[in-house]
Amino acid sequence: MTITTFKLNLGPQHPSTHGVLRLILELEGEKILSCEPDVGYLHRGMEKMAERMSYIQYLPLVDRIDYLAGFFYSELYCRIVEKALNIELSQRVKFIRVIMLELNRIASHLLWIGAFLMDLGAISPYFYAFREREMILRYFEKLTGQRMMYNYFVFGGIRRDIGYIEDIEEILKILPVKLNDYERIITENPIFISRTKGKGILTKYTALNYSITGVNLRASGISYDVRNTDYLYEGLKYKPVVLYSCDAWARYKARILEIRESVTLIKQVIEYLKSCSPTEQKPISPLNLKLPEGNYYGEIEAPRGMASCYVESVGEDRPYRLKWRTGSYYSVNLLRKLLVGNYLNDAIAIAGSLDIILPEVDK
Amino acid sequence: MNLLYFMYMEYLAKYNIPKLFGDITFYIIPFCIIALALLIIVLILVLAERKLLGYFTQRKGPNRVGYWGILQTLADAIKLLCKENITPKGVDRFLFNLAPVLVFVPTFAALGIIPYCAEFTFVNTSTNVILYLILAAFPILSIFLGGWASNNKYSLMGAMRSIAQVISYELPVTFVLLSIVVLSSSTNLTGITLAQYSRAGFAGWFIFPCIIGFVVMFVSILAELNRCPFDLPEAESELICGYNTEYSGMRFAIFYLSEYAMLFANSMFLAILFLGGYLSPFGGYISHILLGDSYLASILVYFEQVFWLFLKSALLIFIIIWIRATLPRLASFDLLKFSWSILLPVSIVNLLLVVLIKFGGLL
Repeated sequence: MTITTFKLNLGPQHPSTHGVLRLILELEGEKILSCEPDVGYLHRGMEKMAERMSYIQYLPLVDRIDYLAGFFYSELYCRIVEKALNIELSQRVKFIRVIMLELNRIASHLLWIGAFLMDLGAISPYFYAFREREMILRYFEKLTGQRMMYNYFVFGGIRRDIGYIEDIEEILKILPVKLNDYERIITENPIFISRTKGKGILTKYTALNYSITGVNLRASGISYDVRNTDYLYEGLKYKPVVLYSCDAWARYKARILEIRESVTLIKQVIEYLKSCSPTEQKPISPLNLKLPEGNYYGEIEAPRGMASCYVESVGEDRPYRLKWRTGSYYSVNLLRKLLVGNYLNDAIAIAGSLDIILPEVDK
Repeated sequence: MNLLYFMYMEYLAKYNIPKLFGDITFYIIPFCIIALALLIIVLILVLAERKLLGYFTQRKGPNRVGYWGILQTLADAIKLLCKENITPKGVDRFLFNLAPVLVFVPTFAALGIIPYCAEFTFVNTSTNVILYLILAAFPILSIFLGGWASNNKYSLMGAMRSIAQVISYELPVTFVLLSIVVLSSSTNLTGITLAQYSRAGFAGWFIFPCIIGFVVMFVSILAELNRCPFDLPEAESELICGYNTEYSGMRFAIFYLSEYAMLFANSMFLAILFLGGYLSPFGGYISHILLGDSYLASILVYFEQVFWLFLKSALLIFIIIWIRATLPRLASFDLLKFSWSILLPVSIVNLLLVVLIKFGGLL
């Protein structure tokens, strides 16, 4: 008997590729024999653009690398400039940044939960997750004037002091209750368990080989979190979420637990902010900003894995070369290995569980 | 049927209209009424589903066209009518156009054998149940035809899935139907309805001796209707709506409408088999209780019977929509496994139990 296979183009216009990812699948029936991810449909030349712009001109663009987690890239870029110019942040500014980052992480994870369940065919969690995400976005809008592209962090500080802390407290009060609701409708659902348990197993070895970071790595049993060594998080009690079952279910559960962990982090920070007086730290003047010659590197724990940035400066008012490392890019590469041997509908679940965001991949 | 027939004939005889005319029109006129009613019911169903899904997911649903969004489906239907019918390159034109035509035929035929009230069934053969079994599986053929003719890999996969699904879910349905036939000693739907009559109203319904069968049947009907969680043939997050990917305009609308018409027919069928069909849940009919044995009551009772049947099926449809709002989709492999390894044995055990109840003197 001859086995006939056929090629299937999954994307770039496909509802569950979360943007414009194109997967060239070779199928036998519904079984995937090989997978070839094709990226670049959303390439905006983010790295090249940096070479043509002054540091402050590039800052608003950085939020757009990952539109679901703009604060992280903003913070990463600011961090590098601050490092180069030896600017020391006050504790208050650091903690305000932590609040923003963690709220943004929650918003990003919430959206992922909704989108993942949509991939699995459940409608309601999508809207529930968006409802909670909306509270966070409303707060961001109130504070920064923007829902997604905040441009709130500036070199050496923040654009304006934090306000409306009671809004955050409200969010923190509602969120754990709603998370319990999600867990009741999703985590214990037998269909959900059958779709995710034991599917898309990402072993420690493979994860390390493919440079996977972030939640996906921690769901594979490796406790690696950049936040442990991050100077922003100094003095905060934080327990990294590590799960050992390595499957799609673990990746889902890890994100739920991460949201809970973020909630405790923000609570600690808010307690501190209430006790300290609002001493304003003046951001440095961005005009004629020149980085001294040399190369600078920074990394941060973004929702989709470790993000890092490398800047090479020759002493001009713009970088000579700038390079981003984003978590999703490595997850896309992982699809090559993870999808093979699975059936098409499991493949959608597995690809969804990795939390791939295409603007972050293509940059 | 007889009473209505004689009333109609007497009415025609008054005006000296030949009997042949009466014989023909007696079947045609009600069919036109049913066809019209079906269209209205489908429009209501589509609206109800969208409204209910909206409320389940914290939204309002359609609420712009007409008061409370009543005219939304009508507007959508007009829009689809006006849209261009696109026939993609490389399709089998004849089959591609035939599929949407064929899909409505079994739906209408199925509606023809349902006893709406004590005196009214279009085709009252002695083996209605078996006829229904055939007709309920029939739309899948046109789904397959559409998927096959579309010259689209996604459509073909959807068609493949739907065939596999129906083959595996028809068997449990058959066994449940057998148990109903055992209970009622009849293969006629009116006979089955009447066998459920008891003075205490709902106590005589077959759902009580045959509760396992009801659950099996309910699940199987969800699968046959391609409803969530068994909506694999048209999984929008995997197959981009599966078999009807390539259909547009009115052809798509026909698939869409027939889906809802079949939902309605199947829920009525379930109501007849397990919930006493057109029988009142209180034993006596309300019109008889209120108006005594008057002539008006004897007419009103027919409408009341239709009302009960529709109410019961509306209840079932509500549950089906509720399920859609709650559950994720099953994986195609699990779907087949579920049918062959759980539903089929359970339905056979149910048949044995029912036989024991009926002939073992337990009832």
